[in-house]
Amino acid sequence: MNLKKTGILLATLTFLGACEGTNIFGGGNAGQTPDRAIEESSLEYFNTQIGDTVLFVVNQNTLTDEAKAILDAQVAWLNRYPERMVVIEGHADERGTREYNVSLSNRRAVAVKLYLISQGLAENRITSVIPYGKERPLRACSTEVCWSENRRAVTVVAGGMGNV
Amino acid sequence: MNHLKIILSAMLVMLAGLASAQERPTIEIDIDGGVIEPIPVAVPDFIPETPGARRLAGDIAQVIMADLASTGLFREIPGTAFIGSVTNFNAQPVFSDWSVVNAQALVTGSVSTGAGGRLVVKFRLFDVFAQTPIGDGVQYVGTQESWRRMAHKVADTIYSRITGEAGYFDSRIAFVSETGPKNDRRKRLAVMDYDGANLQYLTDDNSIVLAPRFAPNTREVIYTSYESGLPQVFLLNVESGQRSQLLDDATNMATAPRFSPDGTKVVMSIIEGSNTDIYEVDLSTRTRTRLTNSGGIDTTPSYSPDGSQIVFASDRGGSQQLYVMPAGGGEARRISREGGSYGTPVWSPRGDMIAFTKIRRGRFHIGVMRVDGSRENLLTASFIDEAPTWSPNGRVLMFFRETAGASGAPQIYSVDLTGRNLRRVDTPSFASDPDWSGVLR
Repeated sequence: MNLKKTGILLATLTFLGACEGTNIFGGGNAGQTPDRAIEESSLEYFNTQIGDTVLFVVNQNTLTDEAKAILDAQVAWLNRYPERMVVIEGHADERGTREYNVSLSNRRAVAVKLYLISQGLAENRITSVIPYGKERPLRACSTEVCWSENRRAVTVVAGGMGNV
Repeated sequence: MNHLKIILSAMLVMLAGLASAQERPTIEIDIDGGVIEPIPVAVPDFIPETPGARRLAGDIAQVIMADLASTGLFREIPGTAFIGSVTNFNAQPVFSDWSVVNAQALVTGSVSTGAGGRLVVKFRLFDVFAQTPIGDGVQYVGTQESWRRMAHKVADTIYSRITGEAGYFDSRIAFVSETGPKNDRRKRLAVMDYDGANLQYLTDDNSIVLAPRFAPNTREVIYTSYESGLPQVFLLNVESGQRSQLLDDATNMATAPRFSPDGTKVVMSIIEGSNTDIYEVDLSTRTRTRLTNSGGIDTTPSYSPDGSQIVFASDRGGSQQLYVMPAGGGEARRISREGGSYGTPVWSPRGDMIAFTKIRRGRFHIGVMRVDGSRENLLTASFIDEAPTWSPNGRVLMFFRETAGASGAPQIYSVDLTGRNLRRVDTPSFASDPDWSGVLR
């Protein structure tokens, strides 16, 4: 129990470190060294070891090489656990008008959806694409550090066995 | 809740007695030129003609004065400066009492209450220095519950007589009320009087809601809600609170709805695949017609007041710019031309201008331009100034301003077309996405 709490704390600290901009296109929390064994089939593994988030340049929906590498790993994982379904969320930073940003974030989410399909994920595994525009920022500050992490698409894994 | 149900019979009864209407008042304001020196106005408490009217007699005078002062065209002579008082509505005022405190215009009035909640408000407007009435006295009959609306009607008449423009005080604002931290914001639809009074929430805060727009009759609003999980367009009856999804297709995604000027159609954006295009939806049949077909994001459409054209924002040429097309679709021509990106265009109710949000070099502006894109004029600048909406007479804009930083939050502001009279509209919580109704009927 104590060990588990410590593990979460460490993961949180590592996550905050990653927000300094060292891994801008690699997504929020991908590629951390696990400080304990994480079950590979778990959501935690997908979210922290594969990476659920890819980031975008201002006003763009082009996938960077770093983003594609994460999405490739997502496809491989999802094809290992075929009962898992996903929703793709699109997001934008606050530096655009509200309705335009909804559509811009849709473009980003659809870019992720089409890439996942092109790399071998069955289309019916993606239940929906939700464009949130600037309505759900991950980070609240008004500097490029936060904006770069808010311009994102998140692959949200749902359902399937042992929703851990 | 019953605010809009109240039938306000704004009878224009010309009151007998004093001199007849002046053809040309001596006090005149040129709104276009911008007023450097606001006109000093005295609005002493109205005379209560029945015991039940005592409180309202003072409150009504205060609302009238607040309306006039909010325009920046008038300045209040405070009651503490008064040396005279008005005790008889039908007697000629002692003009020297008012000229000595430098009141240029004087408003006098009376209030009486009657059976069944009836309320009668009378007023007269005077040019103090010419010692003449400006127009005839007017009597309004309504209910005591609607006293603020009657005060706004009086202020509208005064504004109109002095400026020569239609008034706009008897109007409402639909908006999004916001609470909570920036990365977990809760949003609710709300409506209020133009001055922030009579606030009424229309939805709970369980779903994201965006950009409500009034129907021309002010009884319905159309807006975007995520209540199904996806952004979809809903119609809501302001009085009953009943709402329905505009399109019954469960997987459609739509945003940025706005009514046609005759209220029979809605124009909005539908998101399909990675594309966003503009559609018209007939409200009687709920059938949709596609109006744009570009690979870009086409959004935030707004009709011209005659219903013949639509202005919208699109990034079809790279950056987001403003375009005008025929209301039935067809070739769109770009009108924005000054550099930067443009969004949320709104056609003026007078038909002569388009208001917009402009983003340039990291700053947001509210601006206006002629409908051909000429004479661009930026009225505001800040971290985020977004989503203008026109006053019913096309002389004032409301918009929302959001401050920067982790504790940043939006508030509604108004600004007139000179850009000089910038004011925050008081709301009990954070507020965004205002939409200004027409003058109530």
